[in-house]
Amino acid sequence: MAARPTSPHLSVYRVHRYTLLTSGLHRISGLVLSLGLIVLVYWLMALAAGPAAYAHAAALLGLGVFKILWLALLAVFSYHLCAGLRHLVWDTGRAMERAHSRASAYLVLGASAVLFVGLALWLLGRGHAS
Amino acid sequence: MSLRSPLGQALGRGAAKEGVHHWLMQRMTAVALVPLAIWLLVSLLSLPALDYATVCAWLRQDWTAVLLALFVVSAAWHSQLGVRVVIEDYVGSRGLRTVLLALVTYLHVLAAAAGVFAVLKVALGGAA
Repeated sequence: MAARPTSPHLSVYRVHRYTLLTSGLHRISGLVLSLGLIVLVYWLMALAAGPAAYAHAAALLGLGVFKILWLALLAVFSYHLCAGLRHLVWDTGRAMERAHSRASAYLVLGASAVLFVGLALWLLGRGHAS
Repeated sequence: MSLRSPLGQALGRGAAKEGVHHWLMQRMTAVALVPLAIWLLVSLLSLPALDYATVCAWLRQDWTAVLLALFVVSAAWHSQLGVRVVIEDYVGSRGLRTVLLALVTYLHVLAAAAGVFAVLKVALGGAA
């Protein structure tokens, strides 16, 4: 098997570069969302199993640690959505020059922060995660 | 100069078209997930409560069941494609990588099957 470089090469790039930051965050947020999918399926299976199983799952998912998890999921969802839309724009061949790429990186960070704050306020305002 | 034929040198160096399929399906599921994920999040946050009766009533609406089943399948597919790339990039050992890729694929198929089953069971009235 040919020796191939890893992508991105972790020890060569400088972490403070916006390219590595946005790319790395996109991967990490995607991995966290994969864990969120497992929680969603667990919740749906408990719902399908009936009221007793659902009450058990709801009590578990309503614990304090999970309330932090809901906020974390909203944060990574907000970021992954905005950064994913940036990737879809790139797929059309647009905005790939350095100046556009840099501007869209900050646009994604800003937009996802605003989206996260909005969603978090909505969640906390409803307060029905318990 | 190598005595191997051009075809012999190319074989086993990676299959053509496979990568394009991965790339295309990642984008297809991504585009589908934009409205589906926003719909799911807004729907859950809009529910007056998350108790058993309320969630069941929500899930028994026809379009809720259809869209939620589509979300679970699209999300599992998209997630599998993404996690696969991360493993391929960072797990150096060929044996461990193969085992992890197989496990991740099985887990995602399991998640999709369980999610769709649960949605159908509740939506079709199997649960009390």
